[in-house]
Amino acid sequence: MTDYLADVAALARKDLRLELRARDTLPAMVLFVVATLVVFHFALPGGAGDDAAYGLLWVALVFTSLLGLGRAWAPETEAGALDGLVLAVSDRSTIWLGKTLAALAFLGAAELVALPAFALFFAPLDGPALAGVALASIGLCAVGSLVSAMAAAARGREVLLPLLFLPLAIPLVVGGVGSSISPDPGTYLAFLGLYDAVFAILSWAAFEYVVTE
Amino acid sequence: MAEVVVRARGLEKRYGSHPVLRDVAFELAPGGTLVVTGPNGAGKTTLLRLLAGLAAPTRGSLEVAVERARIGLVGHEPLLYRELTALENLDLYGRLYRIDERRERIGMLLERFGLWDARHQRVSSYSRGMTQRLALCRALLHQPSLLILDEPHSALDAEGASLLDEELAALAGGHTVVVSTHDPERLAPFASARLELERA
Amino acid sequence: MSITKPSLATLAGLAVLLAGVSVVMIFFVAPEDADQGLSQKIFYVHVPIALTAYAAFGLGAWKALRLLLTRGERYDLESYTGIHQGTIFGALTLITGSIWAKASWGVWWTWSSNQLVLFLVLFLFYCAYFMLRFSIEPGPRRERISAVYALFGVALIPVSFLAIRLASDFIHPTVFTREGPQMTGEMFAAFCCSWAAITLLAYVMYRTELAGKRTDLNLRALREALAR
Repeated sequence: MTDYLADVAALARKDLRLELRARDTLPAMVLFVVATLVVFHFALPGGAGDDAAYGLLWVALVFTSLLGLGRAWAPETEAGALDGLVLAVSDRSTIWLGKTLAALAFLGAAELVALPAFALFFAPLDGPALAGVALASIGLCAVGSLVSAMAAAARGREVLLPLLFLPLAIPLVVGGVGSSISPDPGTYLAFLGLYDAVFAILSWAAFEYVVTE
Repeated sequence: MAEVVVRARGLEKRYGSHPVLRDVAFELAPGGTLVVTGPNGAGKTTLLRLLAGLAAPTRGSLEVAVERARIGLVGHEPLLYRELTALENLDLYGRLYRIDERRERIGMLLERFGLWDARHQRVSSYSRGMTQRLALCRALLHQPSLLILDEPHSALDAEGASLLDEELAALAGGHTVVVSTHDPERLAPFASARLELERA
Repeated sequence: MSITKPSLATLAGLAVLLAGVSVVMIFFVAPEDADQGLSQKIFYVHVPIALTAYAAFGLGAWKALRLLLTRGERYDLESYTGIHQGTIFGALTLITGSIWAKASWGVWWTWSSNQLVLFLVLFLFYCAYFMLRFSIEPGPRRERISAVYALFGVALIPVSFLAIRLASDFIHPTVFTREGPQMTGEMFAAFCCSWAAITLLAYVMYRTELAGKRTDLNLRALREALAR
């Protein structure tokens, strides 16, 4: 078990180190999410309530995560490093988990900017809303890492990734918006937990089959 | 000791309806060096990927009596991270392969292949020859009992090539090696068996 | 005594027969609905089509699982054909649902029918399946990735349904409601007949498409072999 976690840690650390060197994905995500929020201000008609704004927050988060996920497997596909990892690790699911944790770190960093900006521009975010963001982020990254790996094996992967990702992200949007605006956020948070459990386990188990022949 | 390290019978590999390997059969004894030759498109790289366990045969049988953790591969691609330094790359693989005395082994290999001075440079700044040498270090890191090399000389500079020849000489007998090449004469001194592939 | 497997032609004939019987039952046997009138008859077609779509997606996922676990050669085509049929019937579900909505409420689309919204999400998901599949070179990689995606699909079905329920609970309060049909004996009989007909039809289509694809594959392999 500790070996497993050690592998995951080494892999996640590698991704964080790569991003620190290249510094292209994270700044782009931060800039994108803030710019999107500004666009939303102009897109919302005058009388639109807070509820509409919360909805748009989730649109912003989903598309920001897409931005990051599109580049998630780029280092592995560049010089064939994915084959190297597939050969080296005892359990291929560690590759998925390491990547998911790194993606979560990037998304979290972007949210650290986006959420205060949202509260500043539109409406305050309470405890349940933040919990919703946290839970949904896990789901987005877990599923996103797997789906991004699928797209990486295909032609036209930049275009393909949103098509694969968005239908799977819909339940997360429902859970997130519900936890923000519903008087009973507990149900929506529980639902997000369910999604995370189901799809994280599925992604964890299926990853092996996506990266091997 | 196992009688054969690799046994292939009626090996076939198809991608969709497009055959790449057809009816390949051979055996490789422990400590032997198999030299694989053939024109481009004959399936040399595919065969080596099958041996490494990166792909599975469509038909036929391929028995490799070596576990995955004891196989080393130098493929067409270096299998490295361009934006990490040589040291960081090898350290990552060292951890994943759970190598004892990782630092010492990495230092020794970098030294042996003349990369010690460049160890803190990113792979993206390396020449093609240096990258290939680093790929060799990576493949040898975990002391594989089966080493698979896909046209290793083609990307090497003269110095690297002679280092590789030294390495092959040192490995012969003790380790099993499969190497594909366009230049079979160069590998003649090490070869204990030959396999010529034809276009499927 | 041996039981011979009925041939495809026989099944096709049976499907047509059942379809004919269903039409008779729907229009002449089942009573007309008090509220919705004639438009309610679409229910006899819409719901079986939806159920068939679910079954086809389930079949596709089952074959996908078999592929991943056993590496059998036949499962890839079977999974793909299942998903294909599911998508066709899913599209039909959306169309018949839309017609029913127009007939019942005067709008071509409504977000308040949970099943309709679910099928929209699934339709998007499975359309992406084909985009994914045809962006990858044929081979084991494509088979396995398609299979994993098919499995994600069946996991998505209940989760999406739950999400849509939660969404309609609060985010989009229902404007239109439709009483679930309390079916009389004749309605139930007509429904079952229709369901049987559509399921059989789907099965025939599945087998036909599968045979066609297999023939295609064999033909291509033959061509490659001859070209050598």
